[in-house]
Amino acid sequence: MTARRSLASITALGATIAALVLVQVAVWGQTPAKSWTVPRTPDGKPDLQGVYANATLTPLERPKGLGAKEFYTDQEFAALMKRIQQGIVPEEADLGNAAPQDVRYDLSLYGFDVTKSTLAPNKRTSLIVGPEGRVPPMLPEARKRNAERAAKNKGHEFDSYENRPLQERCILMAQERIPMLPGAADNNLLQIVEGPGYVVLLHEMDHSTRVIPTDGRPHISQNIREYQGDSVGHWEGNTLVVDTTNFTDLTAFRGSGEKLHLVERFSRPDEKTLLYQFTVEDPATWDKPWSAEIPMAKAKGPVYEWACHEGNLDEFVTILRGARVEEEAAKKAAK
Amino acid sequence: MYSLRKISLVGVLFLAAMPAWSQTPAYRAPRTADGKPNLNGIWQANNSADWNLQGHAAAQGPVYALGAVFSIPPGLSVVEGDEIPYLPAAAAKQKENRANWVKLDPEVKCYLPGVPRATYLPYPFQIVQSRENIMMVYEYAGAVRTINMGAPTKAPADSWMGWSNGHWEGETLVVDVTSQNEDTWFDRAGNFHSEALHVVERYTPRSADILNYEATIEDPKVFSRPWKISMPLYRRVEKDARLLEYKCVEFSEELLYGSLRKKASK
Repeated sequence: MTARRSLASITALGATIAALVLVQVAVWGQTPAKSWTVPRTPDGKPDLQGVYANATLTPLERPKGLGAKEFYTDQEFAALMKRIQQGIVPEEADLGNAAPQDVRYDLSLYGFDVTKSTLAPNKRTSLIVGPEGRVPPMLPEARKRNAERAAKNKGHEFDSYENRPLQERCILMAQERIPMLPGAADNNLLQIVEGPGYVVLLHEMDHSTRVIPTDGRPHISQNIREYQGDSVGHWEGNTLVVDTTNFTDLTAFRGSGEKLHLVERFSRPDEKTLLYQFTVEDPATWDKPWSAEIPMAKAKGPVYEWACHEGNLDEFVTILRGARVEEEAAKKAAK
Repeated sequence: MYSLRKISLVGVLFLAAMPAWSQTPAYRAPRTADGKPNLNGIWQANNSADWNLQGHAAAQGPVYALGAVFSIPPGLSVVEGDEIPYLPAAAAKQKENRANWVKLDPEVKCYLPGVPRATYLPYPFQIVQSRENIMMVYEYAGAVRTINMGAPTKAPADSWMGWSNGHWEGETLVVDVTSQNEDTWFDRAGNFHSEALHVVERYTPRSADILNYEATIEDPKVFSRPWKISMPLYRRVEKDARLLEYKCVEFSEELLYGSLRKKASK
């Protein structure tokens, strides 16, 4: 299925933002039930099952003006929401697809109305935790590696399918990537299903599925490299901890290399929330590990089938054929 | 009169019980923690049904350069009676599909396989059972479906993998699959269906490491009557068996887009 772009009216955009804000404020205002304990599966494991959405208003990196401030006070947060409601979108908020753009998806037209999104409360000033709240600077060797790769493709972007981004080729969509960063507010569902000895994580985006063994087995051989890496898990109290290695050098999460090591933690602080935390490290890319925390809100579902490649033929052929037609025209003009 | 009726009733009961007796002796599978037959595991068919559901002799493969490596293996039929009851127009279309297999088969393009084909593709799949859902995760193309084990629900839209509602009948997991689109096939022999396809699957444990798999296929636009396939599925028993990533999109790209590659300048 390929979403089509269309122009949306300013009014609809304003309504969308306001509704997003209202949802977040509404969730905020509730006090979490203190007596809540994580239910158990029939096997006695913590029950994290359900469908969750990761839409958020919180930016990945902390706005520079906030310094080391990790959390807003209730008062500051209310004031920030008020400004957004008035249409003043400061850098403190990340509206994702709802952010003003010249051309954007008309979500209402395709049933992906962002106003129906649920948002989990988040007092954080950035998804990245810690005093810095930002991705650490990339090491010089990593900058060189990434610059060389980009330079190699420069001027050849439309030569062949191989030169196109993984996302456009339906090989690795932004929202199916791990770690899971919030992207657009549509198709952002995650379904968790637990069976004996395994946890299944199904991303709505491109039906990306991980079947994670929790029996303490080691990673597969390092000879096997996978776009989404190899994930093994275990339980620490009420938290599912998932360790992923064996990435390819093409996976490149924010410029990482194939030595990327990802640790994810999934827990349920209350009935309506899945807390997703991750730490990434890659000594060939950053000089230290960095971590983020994203509360996800329980959503209704169902998770739809998102078949990307199956609907990609016409679009992809058009991109490449367009380039060939342009070349032919340029050749003729030169004669 | 009374005794006659009684006798005939006994006779009917006896006859009804006959087919069940002639099947494999009842095996009781181990149970999950919530008391259901435990089908969890990684499974795989071990036959050449994906080449052709019907009985077929060995044949030369389509790529001569690959010689015996990619020839077509022979196989016994998995179709009951070895006959697929096509309506006349559909029979003609199947022949055309078969003649243009490499060009038309959705598997060649790495498209989602649909049901039942996903089950007997030459790749493993994994069953993960929870109380509310059963996940079937297939290695091929990362295909997946969630079988709803609660009150049956209706598909929100047609899709490649369809909409699955399941329930237990004794030892058997019965899955009702509807709302598949018309773009998937049954095999590499061009056997196909329309969007009216209705599949009822039955997974019955036969021993610790074997499931009996049956699928009844109904599509009044393509077939004159329902028909049935059956085969065993074997557990992948090797230590640490697991599904690996088989993102086949990149293996289909040269075929789909290769002709649009920029020509080297002379």
